[in-house]
Amino acid sequence: MTDPLIIAGTSFSSRLIAGTARYPNQQVMLDALAASGTELVTMSIRRISLDTYAESLVDVLGGRYCLLPNTSGCVTARDAIMTAELARESLETNWVKLELIGDRDLLYPDVEQLVHAADELVRKGFVVLPYCNEDPVACRKLADVGCAAVMPLGSLIGSGMGIANPAAIELICAKSPVPVVLDAGIGTASDAALAMELGCDAVMIDSAIARAHDPRRMAAAMRAAVEAGRLARLAGRIPKQNFAEPSSPQLGLVGS
Amino acid sequence: MTWLRINGQEAETAAATVAELLAARGIDAKARFLAVAVNGAVVRRAEWPSQALSPGDQVEIVRPLQGG
Repeated sequence: MTDPLIIAGTSFSSRLIAGTARYPNQQVMLDALAASGTELVTMSIRRISLDTYAESLVDVLGGRYCLLPNTSGCVTARDAIMTAELARESLETNWVKLELIGDRDLLYPDVEQLVHAADELVRKGFVVLPYCNEDPVACRKLADVGCAAVMPLGSLIGSGMGIANPAAIELICAKSPVPVVLDAGIGTASDAALAMELGCDAVMIDSAIARAHDPRRMAAAMRAAVEAGRLARLAGRIPKQNFAEPSSPQLGLVGS
Repeated sequence: MTWLRINGQEAETAAATVAELLAARGIDAKARFLAVAVNGAVVRRAEWPSQALSPGDQVEIVRPLQGG
């Protein structure tokens, strides 16, 4: 059964987008990425040290995965746009995971600047995937300016708190004209499965794999969870009801 | 000598172009995945030898790293 994730006309067989940060070491990262089945991995763009220049992580990732540079840490639209343009030059991709942070402690998105920066980047020819609030109106505005997907947060970045507002995520999924990628907050496999059951098209996971006790095993768990959640979504769950409904036949009961 | 702001730090340099600046800093201009912006505008690799630097220019030299 083929059920590809399609973003901006590009087809992926995996619905898991993986981060590359905070792994104990590079080999664990490579093993975990392989176990996750991901085809699209995120990277940051940073100033080089003026003293040394080491060979890039891209050398080990570039041939195996599609790269999705982010604008993490940017707090102004101007810096985020410049970071995206530097990423396009560096990695020769016009895809960008647009992050515009409005609070350095909470890492919450600054929606006002996010929409502005997304609009400008779309006009400059970028495929924009914005990290955004779990707000159906913000997501609609981002889709309206031409974002290729929206990436609402489940809960705070790196918190492992899961999906704090599943009803909002479900609403976003029901209304969004572009793919919805749950970003941030996933802590364990059931969170990823829930995201897919709520109707998300994909999930983005970094910390929950990288900081797990055994990242390789957690990556495999996430892969299974994303696949299970997606299948359950497509299968259609039974409605919830507040009364019992026996599954065994009620005719021919033994005794009186 | 020219005063520039390179990756957020004031620095004095004799370099007159982006390419000369990279060389002066010991950065291999042939290294893949480097990107440079001057005053907020990306300077394509092919333009590094010809892009002149002026006093007070803000230069960003970046490469990709791990990210989430």
